[in-house]
Amino acid sequence: MSAGGGGLGTPRALPSSGPRALRDMPHPLAASSSEEAASELTPSPDLLLPRSFADKDLSLPNGTPVDTSSPASSSSLLNRLQLDDDLDGETRDLFVTVDDPKKHICTMETYITYRVTTKTTRAEFDLPEYSVRRRYQDFDWLRNKLEESQPTHLIPPLPEKFVMKGVVDRFSEEFVETRRKALDKFLKRIADHPVLSFNEHFNVFLTAKDLNAYKKQGMALLSKMGESVKYVTGAYKLRSRPLEFAAIGDYLDTFVLKLGTIDRIAQRIIKEELEYLVELREYGPVYSTWGGLEMELAEPLEGVSACIGNCCTALEELSDDMTEDFLPVLREYILYSESMKNVLKKRDQVQAEYEAKLEAVALKKEDRPKVSI
Amino acid sequence: MERPEAEPLGASHSCQTGEAEPGTGPAEEEPGGAAAGTMMEDCLSKKIEITVSEAEKRTGRNAMNMQETYTAYLIETRAVESQTEGQCSPPDSLWRRYSEFELLRNYLLVNYPHIVVPPLPEKRAEFVWHKLSADNMDPDFVERRRIGLENFLIRVASHPIICQDKIFYSFLTQEGGWKEMVNETGFQLKADSRLKALNATFRVKNPDKRFTELKHYSDELQSVISHLLRVRARVADRLYGVYKVHGNYGRVFSEWSAIEKEMGDGLQSAGHHMDVYAGSIDDILEEEEHYADQLKEYLFYAEALRAVCRKHELMQYDLEIAAQDLASKKQQCEELATGTLRTFSLKGMTSKLFGQETPEQREGKIKVLEEQIHEGEEQLKSKNVESREFVKSAWTDIERFKEQKNHDLKEALISYAVMQISMCKKGIQVWTNAKECFSKM
Repeated sequence: MSAGGGGLGTPRALPSSGPRALRDMPHPLAASSSEEAASELTPSPDLLLPRSFADKDLSLPNGTPVDTSSPASSSSLLNRLQLDDDLDGETRDLFVTVDDPKKHICTMETYITYRVTTKTTRAEFDLPEYSVRRRYQDFDWLRNKLEESQPTHLIPPLPEKFVMKGVVDRFSEEFVETRRKALDKFLKRIADHPVLSFNEHFNVFLTAKDLNAYKKQGMALLSKMGESVKYVTGAYKLRSRPLEFAAIGDYLDTFVLKLGTIDRIAQRIIKEELEYLVELREYGPVYSTWGGLEMELAEPLEGVSACIGNCCTALEELSDDMTEDFLPVLREYILYSESMKNVLKKRDQVQAEYEAKLEAVALKKEDRPKVSI
Repeated sequence: MERPEAEPLGASHSCQTGEAEPGTGPAEEEPGGAAAGTMMEDCLSKKIEITVSEAEKRTGRNAMNMQETYTAYLIETRAVESQTEGQCSPPDSLWRRYSEFELLRNYLLVNYPHIVVPPLPEKRAEFVWHKLSADNMDPDFVERRRIGLENFLIRVASHPIICQDKIFYSFLTQEGGWKEMVNETGFQLKADSRLKALNATFRVKNPDKRFTELKHYSDELQSVISHLLRVRARVADRLYGVYKVHGNYGRVFSEWSAIEKEMGDGLQSAGHHMDVYAGSIDDILEEEEHYADQLKEYLFYAEALRAVCRKHELMQYDLEIAAQDLASKKQQCEELATGTLRTFSLKGMTSKLFGQETPEQREGKIKVLEEQIHEGEEQLKSKNVESREFVKSAWTDIERFKEQKNHDLKEALISYAVMQISMCKKGIQVWTNAKECFSKM
């Protein structure tokens, strides 16, 4: 990874934050020394208390100075991912909530809409309060728009789009509630983002009565940046990928794998616990039956039976908590990692484009002397 | 070998009427609690210490001269007094195999039908959860059997009546020739084969209600404990699965920690705790097997209890049959004497068809019958006495057994609860440690 070097066959490599040994560079997801950031980074270890992650977004401070010269430089990339730490309630001026899911049955399809409520003091909004109805498609549209218009930003993930019909009931209370929570988190993250929250698509999403009309309008105007990124083919091979990005890429690959394994293990544990629960439910009453036969032993045996009953209740709670609090967080970070990988891919594409253009320039420079006079 | 019991006072003498007498009446305790106390002190268990200290695999030739492998157990006995005096004299010891224990127990069953004879540990491994082996040669099974055999011997030695049996004493002390000695007592001839036919019903008109209820109780007890043991085995199986899957966390945390910087140490330590957690289940379940063994003992005790009730039933049945027999003979005698034919009898018909008997013949018959009646009356009398004695001594032993059962099972439940508490505390410890690792990350 060298900076400099001109000449024909070697297009200049992308400037990075400078030739630094890999180990001296902050880890892409490194926590800062500040405690706040550290606690924000990891999922809450105390899973018994439901914590809203709305105000605890990924904070990625890094030590390198802001460098906005090249949009694709690693430092600026990381910088853009950095969020302000001062997210106290007092400085926030935009509050978004997702609730009240409702089923709509139409001739063509059946779907669920959610109420999106906004309260704000920002000048960009005409009214201080809004309440609109949005369905999953709309959220998906918003996310795509955000990705297009701010490709250097890490857009928070959405819950999975496709669910296998017949395997998961799309209209079950559980599924809808899980989705609602995830959508709520999604919007809150954007609302708390110093850059993304000012995005015009976000504004329209929160305020427009008829989002579909706006969507149709928007289709005709593709942002330039997004277009260029879309049209770059993957045929051009990268000369070299700066070490930091290679490191990030490798890290993410393993990270996603490990999280996936943990998810599977957790699910397996829940399954085993439920099977254990089934047996326990039969075990307790047998002691009761026995107690019925006895005189002196009746009380102790009943006692054992009651204890086992309590254990059953506790175990049930444990399994529920695992499902509701632990698993969603794992899935969220898996989705986050996927998002990051996409960002890296785009970065690669931009680099590829850049290098292609450099080569083209070099070739033209070659030709220039021949076209003299 | 029984102690002669005091004759119950005020018992109705219904032998003369030829009716069977149910052995009712308040169960008379042994005279005074003090006597019971001295009896306990006479127990063998107070005099000698018995242990089954070792188990060894042996090969030998069986009755059909085929090679077989079996396990032999070392029984050690040591006089209690020699220990208190400060000397630690070496114990006497001999080797016995399971079949010899069985022989001893069968002997006791036949000779002490009114005693709830302590049971042997199970012959084959039952109620196993998947990790336990059902193989009789498995070292864990052998170990648990060793403990069970020791427990059996101590139970017998602690019983005020059977501990005094000579055959039992020689079982503990005389290595050679014991089997022959037992067989020479001819106890197998005394054995009532009907006792084995558990489900055959005998129409008993006047059984002692207490025994009927007790038999019912022992059936129910057997059923409920079997059910309990079966479900417990399944519970153990499932719990094993839950703990072991957590071991996977250990591995993946370790792999994950390799790619992390700040989180690396925390993940690694947490992973270690998960491994500890997964490993702890083996010891926990082994301890629980001990609880299962305690329950099993009472499962088999229930069978011994049932045998005593069964014996009463059979005795009562025999008594009633004998009484019936006596009554019919008396009736026959009466008919012959008075010449009236009250009931249909083949003899009566044939004599009608082929002519009356001569007075001499009739006299002869009457005399035979009278002899039989006299014999029958004597027999019925002694049977009644036997039956009453049986009921009395059996009920005493049953009361003793009930107390023992309540005490033992209470202890077993308490230790089970303690086990569970300890298991939960260990779990809490592991997760607290893991949580600390996570919070420090």
